[in-house]
Amino acid sequence: MARTQSAELDRKKLLADPIMITTIVVLIAFLTLFILYPLAILLVDSFITERGPSLEVFQRIFEMHTFTTAITNTLAVGLLVSVASALVGLLFAYVEVYVKLRTRFLSGLFKVVSMLPVVSPPFVLSLSVIMLFGKAGIITRYLLGIYDNSVYGFWGIFVVQTLTFFPVCYMMLRGLLKNIDPSLEEAARDMGASRWKVFTSVTLPLVLPGLGNAFLVTFIESIADFANPMIIGGSYDTLATTIYLQITGAYDKEGAAAMAVVLLCITLLMFIVQKYVLEAKSTATLTGKASRARMLITDKSVTLPLTILCGVIALFVVIMYICVPFGALFKTWGYDFTLTPKWFIQVFERYHGLEAFRDSFVLSLIASPITALLSMIISYLVVKRNFRTKAFIEFVSMLAMAVPGTVLGVGFIRGFSAGVFRTGFLQGLYGSAAILIIVFIVRSLPTGTRSGISALRQIDKSIEESAYDMGADSFTVFRTVTLPLIKDSFLSGLVTAFVRSITAISAIILLVTPQFFLITVQINEFAEKGSYGIACAFATILIAITYGSVLLMNLAIKHFGTSKYTEEA
Amino acid sequence: MAKEKKGVRLEHVSKIYQDPKTKKDFYAVHDANIDIAPGEFVTLLGPSGCGKTTILRMIAGFESPDEGEIYLGGEPINELTPNKRDTAMVFQSYALLPHYNIFDNVAYGLKLRKLPKEQIAEKVHAILGLVGLEGMEDRMTNQLSGGQQQRVALARALVIEPGVLLFDEPLSNLDAKLRVDMRNEIRRIQQAAGITAIYVTHDQSEAMALSDNIIIMKKGVIDQVGDPHTVYYHPVDEFVADFIGESNFLRGKLAEKDGESGLATIEGHKVEVAHVGHLAVGDDAVLVLRPEAAKLADEGVLPCKVTLSRFMGNYQNYQVMVGDTLVKITDFNPKNHKIYEVGDEAYVAFTPEDVHVL
Repeated sequence: MARTQSAELDRKKLLADPIMITTIVVLIAFLTLFILYPLAILLVDSFITERGPSLEVFQRIFEMHTFTTAITNTLAVGLLVSVASALVGLLFAYVEVYVKLRTRFLSGLFKVVSMLPVVSPPFVLSLSVIMLFGKAGIITRYLLGIYDNSVYGFWGIFVVQTLTFFPVCYMMLRGLLKNIDPSLEEAARDMGASRWKVFTSVTLPLVLPGLGNAFLVTFIESIADFANPMIIGGSYDTLATTIYLQITGAYDKEGAAAMAVVLLCITLLMFIVQKYVLEAKSTATLTGKASRARMLITDKSVTLPLTILCGVIALFVVIMYICVPFGALFKTWGYDFTLTPKWFIQVFERYHGLEAFRDSFVLSLIASPITALLSMIISYLVVKRNFRTKAFIEFVSMLAMAVPGTVLGVGFIRGFSAGVFRTGFLQGLYGSAAILIIVFIVRSLPTGTRSGISALRQIDKSIEESAYDMGADSFTVFRTVTLPLIKDSFLSGLVTAFVRSITAISAIILLVTPQFFLITVQINEFAEKGSYGIACAFATILIAITYGSVLLMNLAIKHFGTSKYTEEA
Repeated sequence: MAKEKKGVRLEHVSKIYQDPKTKKDFYAVHDANIDIAPGEFVTLLGPSGCGKTTILRMIAGFESPDEGEIYLGGEPINELTPNKRDTAMVFQSYALLPHYNIFDNVAYGLKLRKLPKEQIAEKVHAILGLVGLEGMEDRMTNQLSGGQQQRVALARALVIEPGVLLFDEPLSNLDAKLRVDMRNEIRRIQQAAGITAIYVTHDQSEAMALSDNIIIMKKGVIDQVGDPHTVYYHPVDEFVADFIGESNFLRGKLAEKDGESGLATIEGHKVEVAHVGHLAVGDDAVLVLRPEAAKLADEGVLPCKVTLSRFMGNYQNYQVMVGDTLVKITDFNPKNHKIYEVGDEAYVAFTPEDVHVL
């Protein structure tokens, strides 16, 4: 018994479809060149010296005290941040799904918190923590009268990262909790279990894989985070910042490459566990849509403490964001609270504000439609089509999720500064706008692909088959059926890619050349120098752009979206 | 209406799948030989997992056969992609394009064929008239009932005038009454359009009502091919007898034989049988007796005891024991004769012609 004939026929059918073949070849080339190759070159660089293969470089970096400390620092922060984020996320998700929220104000707060990770540029929370709790912090200095509080270091990173990442956990767990069939818990209640017992014996075991999933996703994010440790870490260096300094400070490219390999190994391990062990488990517990609306908890002894706790955290996060525009409007933060436009004026007159705005905006604007289209094509191929290299395409585009920006940045430097494999081929790419756009694309591709895949899985396979059967070729099917049906996902992918690109920093900061001014790079520069007024002014502009684009997206989805006819169908 | 009715022929077609759990290959379809004449309405009938949908999808081109060749109108089509095949499929979920209105759904295939606008409009209106949806061109698909969506799906498939029309359990999402109406409609429209049709279903009454020929499948293998009359009255095995309608199986041995007729021993009683030319004396004989062919009477072939008697409105439902064999009997219009109660002693009555011997 052999399946050779069908394989042969499938291959012939595929070959009869030139657009499909071209798409696949182009995709594979893109993924190989811009994701696999930079990672491979890091391995080559760190293992192969001029005198042949050796572990010399690794020996050298592991003897560096700064590097080994950075590893322990990174893991310690990552562990604590992800535990805290998963727990706070669970709290929020539980309150939203299970508890009756009495006021519209509270549910509004929840909505804001769930939107923040989408629109939030990096650094924002770090900036506001410094401004609220630092030496000149409003809370520490003026409310508490502490004059020498230091926010820099472990606890600073911990607080900032937890507040940055818990909304992601919250969104993940909310989906899971919503899918639990309420009758499971009602059955337990009916048999005499207390609410607490129901939570520990039914709800918690059901979301446990999801909780693990949230934990690992946060762990990867925390380890890969560059911006926050950079600004608020002080002398507490993590792997991402150490690698950055190794390249920009010590000019040790081989060392940085080896460090990047170590960082990559850690995140890859987490990614593999998350993707192949936990993700499979957490979907297995879902039996589909909940059959009925859940009876919300109205018992005051439960609702009051939970809502107050969530309310306080949410309010705190919101205040942190409000803090930033004020930071840009006060004359001297902490000393002189008169409102002044001088920081904004300085941004535009002295610090290339207009160029930064233009470069960031234009580059992201070019990258986002390409990213959105690419991720929709990948999702279409992965979900709806069958061909031999499909697994490769899916794996590599998801792999990019586990690659920290810093690692990718180093890989691009090593891989393209002297051309591909140092042959000079494609050398012109290095230092150009194109490489920045490519980095933007690679960095946002996994998120887009992920949402595209989940959107496409909702669509009955036979809808596309029917179009195919009517005589449409693959390209026509994609254009007339697939894309219109996932328009919502495409639009939100477009905006997500744009927001992610315009707020990107970790890989970009290694690759940007002096002729480009990017807002995020500027924020980093001025925050490093301690010019918080300027940094806040840049950050405010960035927040305005991202918030504006999300508003635009929601408007667009409302008007051109697909939900109106897929809802009932 | 079809440009050209086409016949479909499958020669030694097999399809191998891998069991996702055990990772072992198995035949989803094994050595299927089918010959469908142009204009014929053929049903692939069988329980779920028997390979009937796989055959349909191989004809449409969504799956590729592992062995054998498929011919459409005499041409081998194994290497053609679905969009190059002269087939049109009506899907179980209707698979209407939700972002198009009815007109655009039906016109989709015609637009792909680059027909002039006026001609498209003309054809769409004609076909919507045929399926009884005239005047609904501007509706969106989610404003239609299940039956109407089914008609749109049918119109969309018919309008491109395919050589063969494929149906993948198209009525299984409709409620029982609508299902009966729609299957009559499908037969009427197929006859009016004069088109070859292959229809997949697990519902034997649908198969009986629609088909010129029925292909009964079991575990990937074709078990019997025949017109409704043949498969009902002359099933080749117990599976077919049981799957098409209801059957009682009376097991025994052939005791005597004289040409085509003979005597079988059932539960110690001699029973006269006809058409036993294929058996020898002493062979195992299974008598297939349809519940509606058997009668309960004070005199008859096999003595029995009534264990269940239930009034169902249009018939009386009996279960009786003949020795250790359970026999179901359906007695239509029982009012004008005797109704037996549980515990009554009686006889199962039938003639040799009522029984089919396996």
